[in-house]
Amino acid sequence: MSLSLSPEEQAIAARQDGAGMAMRIVAESARLLGAPRLIPIASTHIDGALYHGDSGTLFAERLVDGGAKVAVRSTLNVGALDLMGCSRIRLEEPQRGMARRMMEAYRKLGCEQSWTCAPYQAGHRPALGSDVAWGESNAVVFCNSVLGARTNRYGDFLDIACAIVGRAPDYGLHRPENRRARLVFDVSDLSSSFLTSEIAWPVLGSLYGREVGNAIGVVTGVAGHPGEDALKAFGAAAASSGAVGLFHIAGVTPEAPDIETILAGPEPEAVIRVTPQMVAKARAGLSTAAAAKTIDAVAIGSPHLSPAEFDMLERFIAGRRLTVPIYACTGRHALALLERDGGRKRLEASGVVIVADTCVVVTPIMPELGNGVLMTNSGKFAHYAPGNTGYAVLYASLADCVESAVLGRPVFTEIAA
Amino acid sequence: MSAAAEILVPGKAGEGEALVLTAPISFWGGVDPKTGRIADVRHPQHGEVIAGRVLFLPGTIGSSSASAVLMELVHNGRAPAALVLHEPDAILLLGLIVAREMGWETPMAVRLERGEFDTYRETTAKVAADGAVTVAV
Repeated sequence: MSLSLSPEEQAIAARQDGAGMAMRIVAESARLLGAPRLIPIASTHIDGALYHGDSGTLFAERLVDGGAKVAVRSTLNVGALDLMGCSRIRLEEPQRGMARRMMEAYRKLGCEQSWTCAPYQAGHRPALGSDVAWGESNAVVFCNSVLGARTNRYGDFLDIACAIVGRAPDYGLHRPENRRARLVFDVSDLSSSFLTSEIAWPVLGSLYGREVGNAIGVVTGVAGHPGEDALKAFGAAAASSGAVGLFHIAGVTPEAPDIETILAGPEPEAVIRVTPQMVAKARAGLSTAAAAKTIDAVAIGSPHLSPAEFDMLERFIAGRRLTVPIYACTGRHALALLERDGGRKRLEASGVVIVADTCVVVTPIMPELGNGVLMTNSGKFAHYAPGNTGYAVLYASLADCVESAVLGRPVFTEIAA
Repeated sequence: MSAAAEILVPGKAGEGEALVLTAPISFWGGVDPKTGRIADVRHPQHGEVIAGRVLFLPGTIGSSSASAVLMELVHNGRAPAALVLHEPDAILLLGLIVAREMGWETPMAVRLERGEFDTYRETTAKVAADGAVTVAV
């Protein structure tokens, strides 16, 4: 089926201004995807404002120069700079200036200065069943799975283009029939002590992403709601190890009150019975430096830490002084609360480096060590840190990350799956 | 040998040493936008450089910034000579669509059955103006 644009959409696409450019990008993507039409969207979350090189800055400025403005609510994902001044970013000129110009261009386009990869915890929560265009893989998967709003995985540049025209290609996860589960990911063979441990969801997410790829699956065998931060960690890990855009958890996520409702057919196409061995392997696979004797840093907050996660961090540190820094990445929404209750001062006094508006794997913050070892409780950091920072990673629970940061060497508490 | 391929994104015809990836890749975090080197230490082709190669992609995973990395590779003159995909990848190929809007010269992206990828391993591959993929002689 070929794409048909309304006369109004065609007229916009023919223009030489920023909106014309945005409409052509949306239409060209729709054609590539085989979408028959464009549909209106309620909001966007924009990942395109992170500096990867000059080309992205030049693109955003071309839109600004063309008089473009976003037509719907648009929050911004992380940028390459900490505009709140919490941490020192080692990005040198001329890149630093280009990154700042890029962030400024997106502000001029009318985007909210949210600068977070957890917009869903910063007040941007689209309604169940609404169509939106979100970027950033963890935000996409949370939006679809936990909120039940409908988005595809919007790549950089298409997100802002959709925001400007207020429309998106009608395909994929915007269509209810494509949101049903074909696979079952059954965790009922795992112990409840593992399932309630804090490493369960990031590790399971990493395994889930690898097992299901871009298919839609439903997780079964989960006794109760594991909490929003656990689902956040699961989705982020799944979206880094696979191309997961939507998952369901029977009895937990809004489109899956039970397995029968969400399955696409009477029987699943495959059932993945998760064994303790599979979990152990997935957990080991998150580390690249298993034999490390010391660590150089801990990084947490991918996705950005919530106020509840900061509370947990403070409880584990318990006023002690850290030997190696814990980089704690978050957004302004959580930072404001943290400053109000004095948590920021207390954490910084212990040796925590708060990172706002950005994070340690998207811009240079941690010192360049060549053979550094980073410990993290984030499946997403574990996935990206080796390639983006040069640090080898050790994956552990937050409690173990904190103990290790206090001692300067890795400490692991065994949690059997 | 020759395979008729569907043009996914038009661009310049290209020729280069084939690089057939054996696992899906995340461009963001997986490919250095300045050099085109595969930086993901867990990827089987870690260390290979995609610039100037005819790149056969079994799939992409991970970040929605793949498009930004591909556009940056184009802007830096480090893009592959051509991209051959098993299925259209809207996130990655946006990098080419937007680069074209910016007026930059982009490589062509074509669709080819994954089963044919192996034919091109260790060859110099060519993607012609009509999208046909061949082994260059």
